[in-house]
Amino acid sequence: MGPSLDASIALAALGPFLAAALAPVVHRFAGRYAGWVLAVVPASIFIFLLGFIEPIASRRFVQASLEWVPSYGLNLSFFIDGLSLTFALTISGIGALIILYAGSYLAGHPHQGRFLGFMLAFMGAMLGLVLADNMLALFMFWELTSVTSFLLIGFDHARQAARRGAIQALVITNIGGMGLLLGVILVQQLTGTWEISGLRGLGDGMREHGLYPLVLILFLMAAFTKSAQFPLHFWLPNAMEAPTPVSAFLHSATMVQGGVYLLSRMTPFLGGTDMWTVTLVSFGGVTLIWGALGSIRQTDLKQMLAQTTIASLGLLVLLIGLGNEAAIAAVVVYFIAHALYKAGLFMVAGAIDHETGTRDITLLSGLSDKMPLTFIGAALAALSMVGLPLTLGYLGKEEMYLALADADWRSWLLLAVLVIGNALLAGVAMALAIKPFLGPLATTPKSPHEAPIAMLIGPLVLGGLGIGVAVMTDWFAHDIVVPAASTVLDVAVESHLSLALKPTSILFWLSVLTWVLGVLVFLQMAAIRTTLRRLDAAIGWTLDQGFDSVMFGLIRFSGAVTRFFHHGKLELYLVVVFAGLALAVMVPVLGMGGMDVLLPTHELGDWSAKLSWPDLRIYEWGVIALAVLGLGALLTASSRLVAILALGVQGTAVALIFLLFGAPDLAFTQFMVEILSVVILTLVMTRLRLDERDHRQFEDWARDGTLAIVCGAGVSLLLMVVLSGTLDPRMSDFFTATSVPIAHGHNIVNVILVDYRGFDTLGEISVVMAAGIAILALIRGKKKPGTLAPDVAKRQRKSALKAAK
Amino acid sequence: MNTVIFRTIAPLIVSIMLVFSVYVCLRGHNEPGGGFIGGLIAASAIAIFGMSSGVERVRAAIRVDPLSIAGFGVFIAGLSGLMSLFTGSPFLTSIWLYLDLGETVLPLSTPMIFDIGVYLVVFGTISAIALALEGEGGDI
Repeated sequence: MGPSLDASIALAALGPFLAAALAPVVHRFAGRYAGWVLAVVPASIFIFLLGFIEPIASRRFVQASLEWVPSYGLNLSFFIDGLSLTFALTISGIGALIILYAGSYLAGHPHQGRFLGFMLAFMGAMLGLVLADNMLALFMFWELTSVTSFLLIGFDHARQAARRGAIQALVITNIGGMGLLLGVILVQQLTGTWEISGLRGLGDGMREHGLYPLVLILFLMAAFTKSAQFPLHFWLPNAMEAPTPVSAFLHSATMVQGGVYLLSRMTPFLGGTDMWTVTLVSFGGVTLIWGALGSIRQTDLKQMLAQTTIASLGLLVLLIGLGNEAAIAAVVVYFIAHALYKAGLFMVAGAIDHETGTRDITLLSGLSDKMPLTFIGAALAALSMVGLPLTLGYLGKEEMYLALADADWRSWLLLAVLVIGNALLAGVAMALAIKPFLGPLATTPKSPHEAPIAMLIGPLVLGGLGIGVAVMTDWFAHDIVVPAASTVLDVAVESHLSLALKPTSILFWLSVLTWVLGVLVFLQMAAIRTTLRRLDAAIGWTLDQGFDSVMFGLIRFSGAVTRFFHHGKLELYLVVVFAGLALAVMVPVLGMGGMDVLLPTHELGDWSAKLSWPDLRIYEWGVIALAVLGLGALLTASSRLVAILALGVQGTAVALIFLLFGAPDLAFTQFMVEILSVVILTLVMTRLRLDERDHRQFEDWARDGTLAIVCGAGVSLLLMVVLSGTLDPRMSDFFTATSVPIAHGHNIVNVILVDYRGFDTLGEISVVMAAGIAILALIRGKKKPGTLAPDVAKRQRKSALKAAK
Repeated sequence: MNTVIFRTIAPLIVSIMLVFSVYVCLRGHNEPGGGFIGGLIAASAIAIFGMSSGVERVRAAIRVDPLSIAGFGVFIAGLSGLMSLFTGSPFLTSIWLYLDLGETVLPLSTPMIFDIGVYLVVFGTISAIALALEGEGGDI
């Protein structure tokens, strides 16, 4: 394995991002052929990955690694084993067809280049997710799929529903993403490795660890949100606001399968416990039935498909929970079968919508003459979805029934759930393939005609594969299913897939039962739909509305918190700030033994002896008198202008003290600050009234006075405490000794500012500048109240009214 | 406040203060002074100029928006820190260059550029605030 292989594997995951960046340019030059050009990228990744089938089938896995953050020992590592290869092949293969489809579906759309870019970026994130070995990289790609799918779902961002769907998907999947991050970090802390491949063989220790439930919950949070498990499934139907190519890609082979991938990947490490099995099986089972019933309730083609996706995800989660050999083999087969037929059906739905102008199944009929190739695509996909013999769907269904073949009452219960779920899905599949195409031609908003070739390739190829792959049963079982299932179970698995019909086996009769029930469902669909809708109306509340309530509650809550702290009363802000200062200085002085240093208890008796008249020179007395004079003038000032000037006098006296005691830099700065404070305060006060005295209520006066005295006394005491101890001279010695030799400066204060602690200063000057911008905004905002945001202006008017009262 | 005496003498004071501020800034490395103090002095000069001659004249005289000066200050301060990357040392490591001018040696350094950046930020920000307030505040 040379570096070139490393690079090319990494390129398989990262290449789509490059293509995404180029997509708008390609679209500009290639125009309506952009889809054809860009589909080359996923297609070549697909072909590159095909080459791994043979080695993986015999050698188990291939690793590749690029340096990422070497100082933390992090590598951007990828690996290919049976599981990731299965997912990556499905993603890139279907991805190529989808890009092709999207190029035609959105032909002429002004933002098609951007759209194709989003699609490719999403594909890159998805490939990275399934190929990543490093768990932080896995998390990063996981979040990237959320972000890119946000862009895709909200692509039509002028519509409110699209924005809502996008935000909902982002919120829900990001909650899971946080869980994944925590879970990954926790696993790294427990095992000491960031690599998934490094977790091999550590599963037993993990399952017995006290923190196992926490780790499991974190990972399940991630998987259940991404894979739309009940009760967090509602984002998926709303994500149907996306253009159809997005739905076809996200909800067949990618996005939502991220959770399935994660669960499969973690099976050797976390799986097999009672907690795992019970949680996965029950959530999966409920989701299966819920989604299947949900799809019958719908009449919109895309919504029906979205609900069946939820059902299929539930089915997969249930099977992963079961975790025996047949169940895992069924997961692999069903994942592929589902990806193929679901992507195909979505593309068919998109084609119907594109050519007729409606997606309502009750309005569609008799399209088979007008759109024969679309009908073939739909029929092929539906065959696999129903699970008729000779299709991948059949293999998957037989395998999952086999997984429950032991005669346990729980198995019988689950078997019943599976049969009912599959029958409901089969009924929907028949409806999707038969209702729009057969019967008399119905009038539709647009007069129907066959879809363009780029939109037909996808459904036809995928539908064909659903049968073609199944026919090559031995190759499929040996080279795809066995390596993938072996990876999940971490033991070598035997394959027993067979297309042969065995009338002696109960499994066959379960299949027959499923088909019969499916036909019944299909025939009675309208009646079931009416019942379900009535039931819905009776409940009158959906989880989707619950999401809205939670979100609005959150907004109201943060609004309330903000209003509580950000009340807009400057006086109170200052009170809080100075109360904080008082606490910050008084707590160490009084509470942490500061006073003992200053005034040891055993000397308390003769404290008066310690007080002596300070030995000061006459001009020093003069300066102090000036400061006191300024203070007195400030307190008794007859107008604000006088008060400001008095404050300046007091400050100048302090500056003089600095000067007298050998801190010229400080004194210098203090002078300038005092002058500018007076000038700026005066300028500010010109907006108020300069010639008035401050009016304060007695309570305000007492409160402000107390705070001022406590702060002043606190700072003085703190300084005295600090000065009464011995200062650690190491820092000042260091600066004195090195200032000239290494920093070439004699003024230590300045050298510290610009050299030793230049980074601090850089931060400080940025803050100064930011503060300046904020102040200017305040001044200018005041000038033109019309330019304020309406809600701010409203709040200001309100507070002005309150003040007037 | 807007007396003839003040208006007459203000430009003189302002020019002296501005020159002095540069002097204070540049000598800061070895003697009391530095970019911060220099910037404050220059900003005070601008504030005085604004009071005596009106904000419009000051704005015309400095030509660029004071806040842009501040922005430029942050920019060159950051840039002076990046210089050290060329020598392979960490961000903000100082580089010194002694120019031999025959009679005297002129020390140039990245901390000096950094200090000039500080000067410009303080000068620009405070001037911007003072001018904005003066422009709004009416007569003083």
